[in-house]
Amino acid sequence: MIKVSDLSKNYGDVEAVKSINFEIKDGEVVGFLGENGAGKTTALKMITGYLVPTSGMVEVNDLNISDHAFEIQSQIGYLPELNPLYPEMTVYEYLEFIANLRKISGKRFRDALSSVVDKCGLQGVVHKQISSCSKGYKQRIGLAGSMIHDPKILILDEPVTGLDPNQIVEIRQLIKSLGREKLVLMSSHILQEIQATVDRIMIIHQGEIVANGTNDELMSNFRGNTLLNLEVKNATDSSLKDLPVAVPNMNVVNVEERTGRHIIQIEYGQEVDPREDLFNYAVRSGWAILKMTPTTTDLEDIFRKLTTEDKVNA
Amino acid sequence: MHNTRTIFLREIRSFFNSPMAYIFLVTFAIFNGYFFTSTFFLYNQSDLRSLFSVVPMVYLIFVPAISMGLIAREKNIGTMETIATLPLKTYEFVLGKYLAAISLILLGLVATIIHLFTLMKFGSKIDYGALLTGYIGLAFVGSMYASIGTFASSITDNQVVAFIIGVFIVLVFFLMGFFLPLVPSSFAGIIQYLSVDYHYSNISRGVIDTRNLVYFFSVIGFFLTMTVQSLEVRKWK
Repeated sequence: MIKVSDLSKNYGDVEAVKSINFEIKDGEVVGFLGENGAGKTTALKMITGYLVPTSGMVEVNDLNISDHAFEIQSQIGYLPELNPLYPEMTVYEYLEFIANLRKISGKRFRDALSSVVDKCGLQGVVHKQISSCSKGYKQRIGLAGSMIHDPKILILDEPVTGLDPNQIVEIRQLIKSLGREKLVLMSSHILQEIQATVDRIMIIHQGEIVANGTNDELMSNFRGNTLLNLEVKNATDSSLKDLPVAVPNMNVVNVEERTGRHIIQIEYGQEVDPREDLFNYAVRSGWAILKMTPTTTDLEDIFRKLTTEDKVNA
Repeated sequence: MHNTRTIFLREIRSFFNSPMAYIFLVTFAIFNGYFFTSTFFLYNQSDLRSLFSVVPMVYLIFVPAISMGLIAREKNIGTMETIATLPLKTYEFVLGKYLAAISLILLGLVATIIHLFTLMKFGSKIDYGALLTGYIGLAFVGSMYASIGTFASSITDNQVVAFIIGVFIVLVFFLMGFFLPLVPSSFAGIIQYLSVDYHYSNISRGVIDTRNLVYFFSVIGFFLTMTVQSLEVRKWK
Protein backbone atom coordinates (compact mmCIF):
# COMPACT_ATOMS: atom_id res chain seq x y z
CA MET A 1 0.00 0.00 0.00
CA ILE A 2 1.25 3.44 -0.90
CA LYS A 3 -0.33 6.52 0.64
CA VAL A 4 0.74 9.99 -0.34
CA SER A 5 -0.57 13.01 1.56
CA ASP A 6 -0.07 16.65 0.60
CA LEU A 7 3.22 15.79 -1.02
CA SER A 8 5.14 18.76 -2.44
CA LYS A 9 8.57 19.32 -3.87
CA ASN A 10 10.17 22.59 -4.83
CA TYR A 11 13.36 22.91 -6.82
CA GLY A 12 14.37 26.40 -5.80
CA ASP A 13 11.47 28.56 -6.94
CA VAL A 14 9.97 25.91 -9.18
CA GLU A 15 7.14 23.90 -7.67
CA ALA A 16 7.61 20.54 -9.34
CA VAL A 17 4.96 18.74 -7.30
CA LYS A 18 2.15 20.65 -5.62
CA SER A 19 0.47 18.99 -2.68
CA ILE A 20 -0.65 15.75 -4.28
CA ASN A 21 -2.73 13.09 -2.55
CA PHE A 22 -3.45 9.53 -3.56
CA GLU A 23 -3.58 5.99 -2.29
CA ILE A 24 -2.72 2.78 -4.07
CA LYS A 25 -3.81 -0.58 -2.71
CA ASP A 26 -1.91 -3.84 -2.93
CA GLY A 27 -2.37 -5.61 -6.21
CA GLU A 28 -3.32 -2.48 -8.14
CA VAL A 29 -1.54 -1.44 -11.32
CA VAL A 30 -1.62 2.33 -11.46
CA GLY A 31 -0.24 4.67 -14.10
CA PHE A 32 1.01 8.18 -13.73
CA LEU A 33 0.21 9.99 -16.95
CA GLY A 34 1.54 13.41 -17.74
CA GLU A 35 3.57 15.44 -20.15
CA ASN A 36 7.33 15.64 -19.79
CA GLY A 37 8.09 17.84 -16.82
CA ALA A 38 4.65 17.40 -15.25
CA GLY A 39 6.16 16.11 -12.01
CA LYS A 40 5.81 12.35 -12.48
CA THR A 41 9.47 11.53 -11.96
CA THR A 42 9.80 13.87 -9.00
CA ALA A 43 6.82 12.24 -7.31
CA LEU A 44 8.26 8.75 -7.89
CA LYS A 45 11.65 9.85 -6.60
CA MET A 46 10.07 10.97 -3.35
CA ILE A 47 8.20 7.69 -2.93
CA THR A 48 11.43 5.73 -3.41
CA GLY A 49 13.35 7.94 -0.98
CA TYR A 50 15.70 9.37 -3.61
CA LEU A 51 14.45 12.87 -2.85
CA VAL A 52 13.23 14.30 0.42
CA PRO A 53 9.85 16.05 0.05
CA THR A 54 9.62 19.79 0.69
CA SER A 55 6.46 19.01 2.62
CA GLY A 56 3.90 16.26 2.95
CA MET A 57 4.16 12.58 3.66
CA VAL A 58 4.76 9.29 1.92
CA GLU A 59 3.64 6.12 3.66
CA VAL A 60 4.41 2.67 2.33
CA ASN A 61 2.75 -0.25 4.13
CA ASP A 62 2.05 2.11 7.05
CA LEU A 63 5.70 3.13 7.37
CA ASN A 64 6.64 6.76 6.99
CA ILE A 65 9.49 7.34 4.55
CA SER A 66 11.15 10.05 6.59
CA ASP A 67 11.65 7.63 9.51
CA HIS A 68 11.81 4.27 7.79
CA ALA A 69 13.51 4.88 4.44
CA PHE A 70 15.54 1.67 4.71
CA GLU A 71 12.58 -0.61 5.46
CA ILE A 72 10.62 0.98 2.63
CA GLN A 73 13.50 0.71 0.20
CA SER A 74 13.78 -2.98 1.08
CA GLN A 75 10.15 -3.49 0.11
CA ILE A 76 10.23 -1.48 -3.12
CA GLY A 77 11.70 -2.36 -6.47
CA TYR A 78 12.49 0.75 -8.47
CA LEU A 79 13.37 1.18 -12.11
CA PRO A 80 14.60 4.76 -12.54
CA GLU A 81 13.94 6.78 -15.68
CA LEU A 82 16.25 5.91 -18.59
CA ASN A 83 17.04 2.56 -16.97
CA PRO A 84 20.62 3.12 -15.75
CA LEU A 85 22.90 0.06 -15.93
CA TYR A 86 26.64 -0.62 -15.78
CA PRO A 87 27.52 -1.34 -19.42
CA GLU A 88 30.78 -3.14 -18.62
CA MET A 89 29.17 -5.78 -16.41
CA THR A 90 27.56 -8.98 -17.56
CA VAL A 91 23.88 -9.49 -16.81
CA TYR A 92 24.80 -12.08 -14.20
CA GLU A 93 27.32 -9.79 -12.50
CA TYR A 94 24.85 -6.92 -12.43
CA LEU A 95 22.05 -8.96 -10.93
CA GLU A 96 24.45 -10.50 -8.42
CA PHE A 97 25.67 -7.02 -7.45
CA ILE A 98 22.15 -5.72 -6.86
CA ALA A 99 21.17 -8.90 -5.04
CA ASN A 100 24.21 -8.68 -2.76
CA LEU A 101 23.33 -5.12 -1.82
CA ARG A 102 19.91 -6.47 -0.93
CA LYS A 103 21.55 -9.14 1.25
CA ILE A 104 20.68 -11.96 -1.10
CA SER A 105 23.50 -14.40 -1.82
CA GLY A 106 24.30 -18.07 -2.26
CA LYS A 107 21.35 -20.38 -2.75
CA ARG A 108 18.83 -17.57 -2.29
CA PHE A 109 20.51 -15.62 -5.08
CA ARG A 110 20.47 -18.58 -7.44
CA ASP A 111 16.74 -19.07 -6.79
CA ALA A 112 16.01 -15.37 -7.20
CA LEU A 113 18.10 -15.26 -10.37
CA SER A 114 16.32 -18.14 -12.04
CA SER A 115 12.99 -16.61 -11.06
CA VAL A 116 13.68 -13.16 -12.58
CA VAL A 117 15.43 -14.63 -15.61
CA ASP A 118 12.29 -16.63 -16.19
CA LYS A 119 9.85 -13.76 -15.60
CA CYS A 120 11.77 -11.21 -17.63
CA GLY A 121 12.74 -13.58 -20.41
CA LEU A 122 16.49 -13.18 -19.98
CA GLN A 123 17.41 -16.75 -20.94
CA GLY A 124 20.31 -16.64 -23.34
CA VAL A 125 21.75 -13.27 -22.30
CA VAL A 126 22.65 -14.03 -18.68
CA HIS A 127 26.38 -14.19 -19.41
CA LYS A 128 26.40 -11.46 -22.02
CA GLN A 129 27.88 -8.05 -21.37
CA ILE A 130 25.13 -5.48 -20.81
CA SER A 131 26.60 -3.08 -23.38
CA SER A 132 26.11 -5.68 -26.11
CA CYS A 133 22.43 -6.29 -25.31
CA SER A 134 19.63 -4.68 -27.30
CA LYS A 135 17.57 -1.89 -25.82
CA GLY A 136 14.63 -4.18 -25.20
CA TYR A 137 16.85 -6.60 -23.31
CA LYS A 138 18.41 -3.76 -21.32
CA GLN A 139 14.95 -2.74 -20.22
CA ARG A 140 14.30 -6.30 -19.07
CA ILE A 141 17.64 -6.38 -17.29
CA GLY A 142 16.70 -3.18 -15.47
CA LEU A 143 13.35 -4.67 -14.54
CA ALA A 144 15.01 -7.89 -13.40
CA GLY A 145 17.36 -5.87 -11.19
CA SER A 146 14.48 -3.98 -9.67
CA MET A 147 12.64 -7.18 -8.72
CA ILE A 148 15.48 -9.52 -7.79
CA HIS A 149 14.35 -9.33 -4.14
CA ASP A 150 10.76 -10.15 -5.09
CA PRO A 151 9.33 -6.84 -3.81
CA LYS A 152 5.63 -6.39 -3.16
CA ILE A 153 5.82 -2.95 -4.74
CA LEU A 154 7.29 -2.07 -8.11
CA ILE A 155 7.83 1.52 -9.20
CA LEU A 156 8.70 1.94 -12.86
CA ASP A 157 9.56 5.32 -14.31
CA GLU A 158 8.83 5.40 -18.05
CA PRO A 159 9.51 1.68 -18.52
CA VAL A 160 8.85 1.61 -22.27
CA THR A 161 10.46 4.82 -23.48
CA GLY A 162 12.66 4.30 -26.49
CA LEU A 163 11.53 0.77 -27.29
CA ASP A 164 10.22 -0.36 -30.65
CA PRO A 165 6.55 -1.38 -30.95
CA ASN A 166 7.22 -5.10 -30.52
CA GLN A 167 9.37 -4.54 -27.46
CA ILE A 168 6.70 -2.23 -26.04
CA VAL A 169 4.12 -4.98 -26.33
CA GLU A 170 6.48 -7.43 -24.61
CA ILE A 171 7.27 -5.12 -21.71
CA ARG A 172 3.61 -4.20 -21.40
CA GLN A 173 2.64 -7.84 -21.10
CA LEU A 174 5.39 -8.37 -18.57
CA ILE A 175 4.15 -5.48 -16.43
CA LYS A 176 0.60 -6.75 -16.67
CA SER A 177 1.61 -10.21 -15.54
CA LEU A 178 3.62 -8.73 -12.66
CA GLY A 179 0.55 -6.74 -11.69
CA ARG A 180 -1.25 -9.94 -10.77
CA GLU A 181 0.84 -10.32 -7.64
CA LYS A 182 2.38 -6.90 -7.03
CA LEU A 183 1.44 -3.29 -6.60
CA VAL A 184 2.80 -1.57 -9.71
CA LEU A 185 3.09 2.18 -10.07
CA MET A 186 4.39 3.20 -13.46
CA SER A 187 4.70 6.50 -15.24
CA SER A 188 4.46 7.39 -18.88
CA HIS A 189 3.81 10.33 -21.11
CA ILE A 190 2.26 8.03 -23.69
CA LEU A 191 -1.45 7.69 -23.19
CA GLN A 192 -1.95 4.50 -25.19
CA GLU A 193 0.74 2.89 -23.09
CA ILE A 194 -0.93 3.70 -19.82
CA GLN A 195 -4.36 2.81 -21.14
CA ALA A 196 -3.20 -0.59 -22.32
CA THR A 197 -1.30 -1.50 -19.18
CA VAL A 198 -2.89 -0.18 -16.01
CA ASP A 199 -6.09 -0.55 -13.98
CA ARG A 200 -6.18 3.04 -12.83
CA ILE A 201 -4.85 6.25 -14.29
CA MET A 202 -3.69 9.36 -12.49
CA ILE A 203 -3.21 12.32 -14.77
CA ILE A 204 -0.66 14.75 -13.44
CA HIS A 205 -0.30 18.23 -14.85
CA GLN A 206 2.00 21.00 -13.67
CA GLY A 207 2.63 19.15 -10.44
CA GLU A 208 -1.02 18.51 -9.62
CA ILE A 209 -3.18 15.43 -10.03
CA VAL A 210 -5.99 16.60 -12.28
CA ALA A 211 -7.75 13.27 -12.73
CA ASN A 212 -7.69 9.92 -10.95
CA GLY A 213 -9.77 6.89 -11.89
CA THR A 214 -10.18 3.89 -14.14
CA ASN A 215 -10.37 4.37 -17.87
CA ASP A 216 -14.17 4.11 -17.79
CA GLU A 217 -14.53 6.45 -14.83
CA LEU A 218 -12.44 9.09 -16.54
CA MET A 219 -14.43 8.67 -19.71
CA SER A 220 -17.79 9.10 -18.01
CA ASN A 221 -16.59 12.00 -15.86
CA PHE A 222 -15.02 13.94 -18.62
CA ARG A 223 -17.01 12.89 -21.65
CA GLY A 224 -17.93 16.06 -23.45
CA ASN A 225 -20.33 16.52 -26.32
CA THR A 226 -20.41 14.34 -29.37
CA LEU A 227 -19.30 15.84 -32.63
CA LEU A 228 -21.08 14.63 -35.73
CA ASN A 229 -19.73 15.11 -39.21
CA LEU A 230 -22.49 15.11 -41.77
CA GLU A 231 -21.64 15.17 -45.44
CA VAL A 232 -24.58 15.88 -47.78
CA LYS A 233 -25.29 16.60 -51.42
CA ASN A 234 -28.03 18.78 -52.94
CA ALA A 235 -28.42 21.02 -49.89
CA THR A 236 -29.93 24.41 -50.58
CA ASP A 237 -28.93 27.46 -48.58
CA SER A 238 -32.42 27.90 -47.15
CA SER A 239 -32.72 24.30 -46.00
CA LEU A 240 -29.34 24.62 -44.37
CA LYS A 241 -30.44 27.77 -42.60
CA ASP A 242 -33.58 26.05 -41.28
CA LEU A 243 -31.67 23.06 -39.94
CA PRO A 244 -31.06 24.37 -36.39
CA VAL A 245 -34.75 25.26 -36.06
CA ALA A 246 -36.10 22.04 -37.50
CA VAL A 247 -33.96 19.62 -35.48
CA PRO A 248 -33.90 20.23 -31.72
CA ASN A 249 -31.18 19.36 -29.15
CA MET A 250 -28.19 20.14 -31.30
CA ASN A 251 -25.96 22.95 -32.51
CA VAL A 252 -24.55 23.49 -35.91
CA VAL A 253 -20.90 24.20 -35.34
CA ASN A 254 -19.69 24.69 -38.85
CA VAL A 255 -20.83 24.38 -42.44
CA GLU A 256 -18.34 23.98 -45.20
CA GLU A 257 -19.04 23.82 -48.89
CA ARG A 258 -17.03 21.64 -51.21
CA THR A 259 -18.00 21.49 -54.89
CA GLY A 260 -21.67 20.76 -54.52
CA ARG A 261 -21.34 18.96 -51.21
CA HIS A 262 -21.69 20.36 -47.74
CA ILE A 263 -19.88 19.18 -44.67
CA ILE A 264 -21.90 20.09 -41.62
CA GLN A 265 -20.43 19.76 -38.14
CA ILE A 266 -23.01 19.20 -35.46
CA GLU A 267 -22.55 18.99 -31.71
CA TYR A 268 -24.93 17.42 -29.22
CA GLY A 269 -24.97 16.39 -25.58
CA GLN A 270 -24.54 12.97 -24.02
CA GLU A 271 -28.20 12.43 -23.16
CA VAL A 272 -29.69 13.03 -26.63
CA ASP A 273 -29.30 11.51 -30.06
CA PRO A 274 -30.67 13.72 -32.84
CA ARG A 275 -29.45 11.50 -35.64
CA GLU A 276 -32.88 10.17 -36.54
CA ASP A 277 -34.35 13.68 -36.69
CA LEU A 278 -31.41 14.73 -38.84
CA PHE A 279 -32.05 11.89 -41.23
CA ASN A 280 -35.73 12.72 -41.52
CA TYR A 281 -34.99 16.38 -42.07
CA ALA A 282 -32.50 15.50 -44.78
CA VAL A 283 -35.09 13.37 -46.55
CA ARG A 284 -37.70 16.12 -46.29
CA SER A 285 -35.28 18.67 -47.71
CA GLY A 286 -34.15 16.41 -50.52
CA TRP A 287 -30.54 16.03 -49.30
CA ALA A 288 -28.54 12.98 -50.11
CA ILE A 289 -26.53 11.89 -47.11
CA LEU A 290 -23.06 10.78 -48.12
CA LYS A 291 -21.55 10.34 -44.70
CA MET A 292 -22.57 10.58 -41.06
CA THR A 293 -19.73 10.02 -38.57
CA PRO A 294 -19.99 10.72 -34.88
CA THR A 295 -16.71 11.29 -33.01
CA THR A 296 -17.02 10.80 -29.27
CA THR A 297 -14.47 12.15 -26.83
CA ASP A 298 -11.85 9.58 -25.92
CA LEU A 299 -9.23 9.55 -23.23
CA GLU A 300 -6.85 11.33 -25.51
CA ASP A 301 -9.18 14.32 -25.75
CA ILE A 302 -9.62 14.26 -22.00
CA PHE A 303 -5.89 14.15 -21.51
CA ARG A 304 -5.32 16.93 -23.99
CA LYS A 305 -8.03 19.01 -22.42
CA LEU A 306 -6.72 18.53 -18.89
CA THR A 307 -3.11 19.14 -19.75
CA THR A 308 -3.44 22.09 -22.09
CA GLU A 309 -6.03 24.12 -20.26
CA ASP A 310 -3.54 26.51 -18.68
CA LYS A 311 -1.77 27.08 -21.94
CA VAL A 312 -5.05 27.93 -23.63
CA ASN A 313 -5.96 30.36 -20.88
CA ALA A 314 -2.58 31.96 -20.85
CA MET B 1 30.81 -3.96 6.00
CA HIS B 2 29.07 -6.41 3.69
CA ASN B 3 27.80 -3.58 1.48
CA THR B 4 31.17 -1.83 1.45
CA ARG B 5 32.73 -5.06 0.26
CA THR B 6 30.16 -5.46 -2.53
CA ILE B 7 30.76 -1.89 -3.74
CA PHE B 8 34.53 -2.38 -3.43
CA LEU B 9 34.57 -5.60 -5.43
CA ARG B 10 32.39 -4.17 -8.16
CA GLU B 11 34.67 -1.16 -8.50
CA ILE B 12 37.83 -3.26 -8.62
CA ARG B 13 36.25 -5.48 -11.23
CA SER B 14 35.25 -2.41 -13.22
CA PHE B 15 38.86 -1.08 -13.04
CA PHE B 16 40.19 -4.30 -14.47
CA ASN B 17 37.38 -4.84 -16.98
CA SER B 18 38.25 -1.53 -18.58
CA PRO B 19 41.70 -0.40 -19.77
CA MET B 20 41.80 1.99 -16.78
CA ALA B 21 43.76 -0.16 -14.35
CA TYR B 22 46.25 -1.40 -16.93
CA ILE B 23 46.92 2.06 -18.33
CA PHE B 24 47.44 3.35 -14.82
CA LEU B 25 49.75 0.57 -13.71
CA VAL B 26 51.87 0.64 -16.86
CA THR B 27 52.26 4.40 -17.19
CA PHE B 28 52.82 4.75 -13.44
CA ALA B 29 55.63 2.22 -13.66
CA ILE B 30 57.16 3.90 -16.74
CA PHE B 31 57.08 7.39 -15.22
CA ASN B 32 58.57 6.31 -11.94
CA GLY B 33 61.07 4.03 -13.60
CA TYR B 34 62.28 6.80 -15.88
CA PHE B 35 62.69 9.41 -13.16
CA PHE B 36 64.22 6.92 -10.77
CA THR B 37 66.83 5.45 -13.08
CA SER B 38 67.75 8.76 -14.70
CA THR B 39 69.30 9.98 -11.47
CA PHE B 40 69.94 6.73 -9.59
CA PHE B 41 73.38 6.11 -11.05
CA LEU B 42 74.39 9.78 -10.82
CA TYR B 43 73.66 10.03 -7.11
CA ASN B 44 75.56 6.84 -6.55
CA GLN B 45 73.81 6.22 -3.24
CA SER B 46 72.33 3.04 -1.86
CA ASP B 47 68.79 4.29 -1.38
CA LEU B 48 65.55 4.94 -3.20
CA ARG B 49 65.52 8.64 -2.41
CA SER B 50 64.98 9.66 -6.00
CA LEU B 51 62.00 7.31 -6.21
CA PHE B 52 60.53 8.63 -2.99
CA SER B 53 60.78 12.19 -4.22
CA VAL B 54 59.29 11.55 -7.64
CA VAL B 55 56.29 9.40 -6.68
CA PRO B 56 54.44 12.17 -4.77
CA MET B 57 54.69 14.32 -7.91
CA VAL B 58 53.50 11.56 -10.18
CA TYR B 59 50.61 11.08 -7.73
CA LEU B 60 49.49 14.65 -8.37
CA ILE B 61 48.15 13.59 -11.75
CA PHE B 62 47.65 9.87 -11.35
CA VAL B 63 45.61 9.73 -8.16
CA PRO B 64 42.97 12.24 -9.32
CA ALA B 65 42.86 10.31 -12.61
CA ILE B 66 42.11 7.05 -10.81
CA SER B 67 39.49 8.53 -8.55
CA MET B 68 37.76 10.91 -10.97
CA GLY B 69 35.34 8.25 -12.17
CA LEU B 70 34.50 6.71 -8.80
CA ILE B 71 31.29 8.63 -8.19
CA ALA B 72 31.05 11.06 -11.12
CA ARG B 73 30.56 8.16 -13.48
CA GLU B 74 27.74 6.68 -11.40
CA LYS B 75 26.07 10.06 -11.49
CA ASN B 76 26.67 10.40 -15.20
CA ILE B 77 25.22 7.06 -16.25
CA GLY B 78 22.43 7.33 -13.68
CA THR B 79 23.30 4.29 -11.58
CA MET B 80 23.68 6.65 -8.61
CA GLU B 81 19.89 6.66 -8.47
CA THR B 82 19.77 2.87 -8.34
CA ILE B 83 22.39 2.86 -5.59
CA ALA B 84 20.71 5.65 -3.62
CA THR B 85 17.37 3.84 -3.58
CA LEU B 86 18.84 0.57 -2.34
CA PRO B 87 18.93 -0.04 1.40
CA LEU B 88 22.55 1.01 1.57
CA LYS B 89 24.17 3.68 3.74
CA THR B 90 25.98 6.45 1.89
CA TYR B 91 29.15 5.98 3.91
CA GLU B 92 29.25 2.27 3.00
CA PHE B 93 29.14 3.27 -0.64
CA VAL B 94 31.81 5.97 -0.29
CA LEU B 95 34.08 3.70 1.72
CA GLY B 96 33.83 0.89 -0.83
CA LYS B 97 34.71 3.29 -3.63
CA TYR B 98 37.59 4.82 -1.68
CA LEU B 99 39.09 1.47 -0.72
CA ALA B 100 38.99 0.39 -4.36
CA ALA B 101 40.91 3.51 -5.37
CA ILE B 102 43.61 3.06 -2.74
CA SER B 103 43.95 -0.61 -3.59
CA LEU B 104 44.85 0.31 -7.13
CA ILE B 105 47.28 2.98 -5.90
CA LEU B 106 48.95 0.53 -3.53
CA LEU B 107 49.21 -1.99 -6.34
CA GLY B 108 51.05 0.62 -8.40
CA LEU B 109 53.32 1.22 -5.45
CA VAL B 110 54.03 -2.49 -5.07
CA ALA B 111 55.14 -2.54 -8.71
CA THR B 112 57.90 -0.01 -7.91
CA ILE B 113 59.52 -2.60 -5.65
CA ILE B 114 61.28 -3.75 -8.81
CA HIS B 115 63.60 -0.79 -8.31
CA LEU B 116 64.53 -2.24 -4.95
CA PHE B 117 66.00 -5.23 -6.76
CA THR B 118 68.09 -2.88 -8.87
CA LEU B 119 69.27 -1.29 -5.67
CA MET B 120 70.07 -4.65 -4.06
CA LYS B 121 72.01 -5.66 -7.14
CA PHE B 122 74.21 -2.56 -7.31
CA GLY B 123 74.08 -1.08 -3.83
CA SER B 124 75.59 -2.00 -0.51
CA LYS B 125 74.72 -1.33 3.13
CA ILE B 126 71.08 -0.74 2.30
CA ASP B 127 68.98 0.76 5.10
CA TYR B 128 65.86 -1.37 4.91
CA GLY B 129 64.17 0.53 7.73
CA ALA B 130 64.33 3.76 5.74
CA LEU B 131 62.93 1.96 2.71
CA LEU B 132 60.03 0.66 4.72
CA THR B 133 59.13 4.04 6.20
CA GLY B 134 59.52 5.60 2.75
CA TYR B 135 56.94 3.24 1.39
CA ILE B 136 54.66 3.83 4.38
CA GLY B 137 54.91 7.57 3.68
CA LEU B 138 54.01 7.06 0.04
CA ALA B 139 51.05 4.90 1.01
CA PHE B 140 49.77 7.66 3.29
CA VAL B 141 50.20 10.37 0.65
CA GLY B 142 48.44 8.22 -1.94
CA SER B 143 45.58 7.47 0.44
CA MET B 144 45.21 11.13 1.31
CA TYR B 145 45.14 12.20 -2.34
CA ALA B 146 42.64 9.45 -3.07
CA SER B 147 40.27 10.85 -0.43
CA ILE B 148 40.53 14.25 -2.13
CA GLY B 149 39.93 12.64 -5.52
CA THR B 150 36.90 10.78 -4.17
CA PHE B 151 35.47 14.02 -2.88
CA ALA B 152 36.10 15.79 -6.20
CA SER B 153 34.33 12.93 -7.97
CA SER B 154 31.29 13.30 -5.75
CA ILE B 155 30.55 16.94 -6.52
CA THR B 156 30.08 16.63 -10.28
CA ASP B 157 28.84 14.16 -12.85
CA ASN B 158 31.62 15.05 -15.25
CA GLN B 159 34.83 13.03 -14.89
CA VAL B 160 36.99 15.70 -16.49
CA VAL B 161 35.69 18.31 -14.08
CA ALA B 162 36.26 15.87 -11.20
CA PHE B 163 39.84 15.37 -12.38
CA ILE B 164 40.57 19.09 -12.59
CA ILE B 165 39.07 19.80 -9.18
CA GLY B 166 40.99 16.85 -7.76
CA VAL B 167 44.32 18.01 -9.19
CA PHE B 168 43.66 21.52 -7.95
CA ILE B 169 42.98 20.55 -4.31
CA VAL B 170 45.84 18.07 -4.28
CA LEU B 171 48.17 20.76 -5.66
CA VAL B 172 47.15 23.16 -2.91
CA PHE B 173 48.20 20.65 -0.27
CA PHE B 174 51.33 19.78 -2.19
CA LEU B 175 52.53 23.34 -2.84
CA MET B 176 51.70 24.71 0.58
CA GLY B 177 55.12 23.81 1.90
CA PHE B 178 56.88 25.66 -0.89
CA PHE B 179 55.13 28.91 -0.09
CA LEU B 180 56.17 28.72 3.52
CA PRO B 181 58.87 31.43 3.22
CA LEU B 182 56.31 33.82 1.73
CA VAL B 183 53.68 33.70 4.47
CA PRO B 184 53.72 35.82 7.65
CA SER B 185 55.39 34.00 10.50
CA SER B 186 52.17 33.89 12.52
CA PHE B 187 50.63 31.65 9.84
CA ALA B 188 53.74 29.69 9.11
CA GLY B 189 53.03 27.04 11.74
CA ILE B 190 49.57 26.30 10.43
CA ILE B 191 50.66 26.28 6.81
CA GLN B 192 53.51 23.97 7.66
CA TYR B 193 51.22 21.63 9.53
CA LEU B 194 48.77 21.53 6.60
CA SER B 195 51.46 20.92 4.02
CA VAL B 196 51.59 17.30 2.96
CA ASP B 197 55.29 17.46 2.25
CA TYR B 198 56.15 18.23 5.88
CA HIS B 199 54.44 15.09 7.17
CA TYR B 200 55.58 12.93 4.31
CA SER B 201 59.23 13.89 4.72
CA ASN B 202 59.02 13.22 8.45
CA ILE B 203 57.67 9.75 7.88
CA SER B 204 60.06 8.90 5.08
CA ARG B 205 62.97 10.00 7.22
CA GLY B 206 61.90 7.27 9.58
CA VAL B 207 60.24 9.46 12.19
CA ILE B 208 56.67 8.22 12.43
CA ASP B 209 55.19 10.65 14.88
CA THR B 210 51.57 10.57 16.03
CA ARG B 211 51.24 14.15 14.74
CA ASN B 212 51.93 12.89 11.24
CA LEU B 213 49.49 10.02 11.56
CA VAL B 214 46.83 12.31 12.99
CA TYR B 215 47.37 14.64 10.03
CA PHE B 216 46.88 11.97 7.40
CA PHE B 217 43.96 10.30 9.12
CA SER B 218 42.18 13.58 9.76
CA VAL B 219 42.58 14.86 6.19
CA ILE B 220 41.32 11.51 4.85
CA GLY B 221 38.47 11.53 7.35
CA PHE B 222 37.59 15.11 6.46
CA PHE B 223 37.37 14.54 2.73
CA LEU B 224 35.47 11.27 3.05
CA THR B 225 32.97 12.94 5.38
CA MET B 226 32.62 15.78 2.88
CA THR B 227 32.00 13.18 0.18
CA VAL B 228 29.22 11.57 2.18
CA GLN B 229 27.74 15.00 2.89
CA SER B 230 27.84 16.10 -0.73
CA LEU B 231 25.95 12.95 -1.70
CA GLU B 232 23.43 13.28 1.10
CA VAL B 233 22.67 16.92 0.39
CA ARG B 234 21.38 16.02 -3.09
CA LYS B 235 18.22 14.56 -1.56
CA TRP B 236 17.27 17.94 -0.15
CA LYS B 237 17.90 20.00 -3.26
